[in-house]
Amino acid sequence: MASYEIEIILNRQLADCLSIPVFITDTAGNLIFYNEPADKILGTSFEDTGEMKVEEWSTIFKPLDEAGAPLPPEGLPLVNTLSDQLPHHKVFWIESLKGANEKISVTSYPIIGRNGKFLGAVAIFWNTQDT
Amino acid sequence: MKIAIKGVRGSIPTSSPETSFFGGHTSCVTVKEGDWQLILDGGSGIQKVSSPEGTDRVDILLTHLHMDHIQGLGFFNPLFDPSKEVHIWAPASATQSLRVRLNRYLSPPLFPVHIRDLPCKLTLHDISNSSFEIGPFSIVSRFVIHPGPTVGFRVTCGGAVMAYIPDHEPALGPKGLLNEAKWISGFDLAENADLLLHDAQFTQEEYMGRIGWGHSCMEDSIRLAEFTGVKKLLMTHHDPLHSNSKLKEFLALLKSKHTGQLDFDLAREGIEIELG
Repeated sequence: MASYEIEIILNRQLADCLSIPVFITDTAGNLIFYNEPADKILGTSFEDTGEMKVEEWSTIFKPLDEAGAPLPPEGLPLVNTLSDQLPHHKVFWIESLKGANEKISVTSYPIIGRNGKFLGAVAIFWNTQDT
Repeated sequence: MKIAIKGVRGSIPTSSPETSFFGGHTSCVTVKEGDWQLILDGGSGIQKVSSPEGTDRVDILLTHLHMDHIQGLGFFNPLFDPSKEVHIWAPASATQSLRVRLNRYLSPPLFPVHIRDLPCKLTLHDISNSSFEIGPFSIVSRFVIHPGPTVGFRVTCGGAVMAYIPDHEPALGPKGLLNEAKWISGFDLAENADLLLHDAQFTQEEYMGRIGWGHSCMEDSIRLAEFTGVKKLLMTHHDPLHSNSKLKEFLALLKSKHTGQLDFDLAREGIEIELG
């Protein structure tokens, strides 16, 4: 079995130590890890789901703009990072599991390994309670 | 292929009757097949390495450039022999060539001779997650968890496999060694190897105060070997403060607690193992 690159493994280990939700994907957008604080957003745990295909986990989110209209995928930071291998940041709303709209900010960054190879991406969800 | 242990000590060489049973030289192992020889790491143990008859080629594979893995290079005779063709293979950095990084040591004031003035025919190879052949050996290198660019090696020859990961902390993280193959640093290198030489610098108790230093405790080394299905584990990179008696005591305790089938031992300078 081929193991993940060290850069991916170390990102997971870091995510495991953080109290903010972190999602890690491969280069195709498949969710290969999310930490415990991310459980609340997905409504499930990594221990239960394991890895999730991009088409599976992307439907869990319902990203909305300020007016409550659905955001297209190309408006999302992680999608942009997977596309252009650059960091992105955006504030938007998601429909929570309870049905309420929650304002969040998301920072995504590419994992570029030592040899300059694009290995995957990380999205960090920040709680946004002000403006 | 024949594996010979030339240096087993981590960090700094030791010279004392209290460490001489296991040995005081820093990391170096040779792998021989016929007229071909690989030298794994250039710690002080490299002083005891001689070249096979009938060849002018010398291949040195460095896991990384920490001092205990390169300090013997400047005192290795083939580097000063114009008839020798020396190849040094070592992990690439994202910012500087292998030549520049090796030159930090092989230049004044640390060393009197510049790397450019070495009389041998020197070729430097920057490697990463690479696969390459040297004579009868098929070699795979993979980055592993250790501070700075560091690789481990998997050497295959005639159906036998040895893995060499002397500096490695696969259990780094809040949950220790994970139970999924693809999330384990070094898994591909060690999987089903006939022999694994692996970092085991600390005891479990010592490791708790040294997390993140890039090394393993003996218990994690054993866990990794069991999980990857290796046939024999030799634990190496012994802490310079671990005397003969301490190491023997640690090993006896590990053996008394161990219930699995893994054949494990502590690496000792001078021992040779024939594989295949």
